[in-house]
Amino acid sequence: MNTLEFSVLVWLGSISAGLLGALTGLGGGIVVIPMLTLLFAVDIRYAAGAALISVIATSSGAASAYVRDGYSNLRVGMFLEVATTFGALAGAALAAYISGSRIAVIFGVVLLFSAYLSFRKRRNPRSDAPPDRLAAWLRLDSTYPAPGGLCSYHVQGVPPAFGLMFVAGTLSGLLGIGSGAVKVLALDWAMHLPFKVSTTTSNFMIGVTAAASAGVYLSRGYIDPGLAMPVMLGVLIGSLVGARVLEKVDSAALRLVFCAVIVVLGIEMIFNGLTGRL
Amino acid sequence: MENERTGWTEQQVERTIGTLLRVGLMIATAVVLVGASLYLYRHGSEPPHYRIFRGEPADLRSIGGILRDSMQERSRGLIQLGLLLLLATPVARVAFSVVAFALERDRFYAMVTLVVLAVLLYSIVGGYV
Repeated sequence: MNTLEFSVLVWLGSISAGLLGALTGLGGGIVVIPMLTLLFAVDIRYAAGAALISVIATSSGAASAYVRDGYSNLRVGMFLEVATTFGALAGAALAAYISGSRIAVIFGVVLLFSAYLSFRKRRNPRSDAPPDRLAAWLRLDSTYPAPGGLCSYHVQGVPPAFGLMFVAGTLSGLLGIGSGAVKVLALDWAMHLPFKVSTTTSNFMIGVTAAASAGVYLSRGYIDPGLAMPVMLGVLIGSLVGARVLEKVDSAALRLVFCAVIVVLGIEMIFNGLTGRL
Repeated sequence: MENERTGWTEQQVERTIGTLLRVGLMIATAVVLVGASLYLYRHGSEPPHYRIFRGEPADLRSIGGILRDSMQERSRGLIQLGLLLLLATPVARVAFSVVAFALERDRFYAMVTLVVLAVLLYSIVGGYV
């Protein structure tokens, strides 16, 4: 296989990874890493570097479409971004001291956990929650456009969300992913943000977190242009198409099939990491 | 809110951010595509080499090196320049938010955003943790 054939195959594979990432709500980055390491025998550090680049592209592509809708909460995003960017630096620093096989095992566990989180039914939180003192002091409460006019909400649980975001940042820097599932967990479960607000805010945060990790990855030589190029172009196309498809068909059966694929990939990563094949 | 006197509504800020992200992504993708065509044309028949991690050469690890390589129309340098531009997009977004908060006279959030911007710049320019 020469470089041209390799690039075309990786590109096609990345389109599928982007599609799968969008349809499961996991994001393309976390799906493209097992594909590169298991299918194309790419070293996990190169795979993480390329995935991180594709995460930034996807986040910018999606955000440019819905940042104008008025859903994302910029104050919540920026405040928590302090935790994720410091976490990303810590994770990227940690990545230099952990072997590829260990990273593969951690990756597999995070993949399985993310699949579980995104498959769980997300519920819109109660909108009548009383204001939280810390959130009010930080002026995090806001409104979002609803069919009947602007709808206001009170943000809860700032400290646990901040902690979870540090974890999300660390995982992003360590594994080269966007950590979308953990971010949504912090915004949904800890902060009680309305569904659309947490989705768009987490998407905005993913790009900034990934940029913090990518800077370190670049200077450490994890980002190979020849590999990152087909991965970025493929995942970007796949996720944009996947987001369109998701608007039309969102069947539970389809999600179950996709999640099964993710579970298999996660187990495979853990197995290959434990047996030292990755 | 109090930002009416500056003439910047939240919606204008968000619209500008949306445009910023789209234009950044388009420019980055275009540069990557130019580099990719050159790369595949010149090196397409060579074998790929990603099985064993060696790390990138020094010129592809720093902003200065990437710029020098791109000037000499080296294909890998050009792709890397496109990736660097892509990386700059969220950074530009954060920088723009600092300005937007400052225009709203929201000192606290301007400072918070400035911290995020500093971490990002440290990661990209300082690089070595």
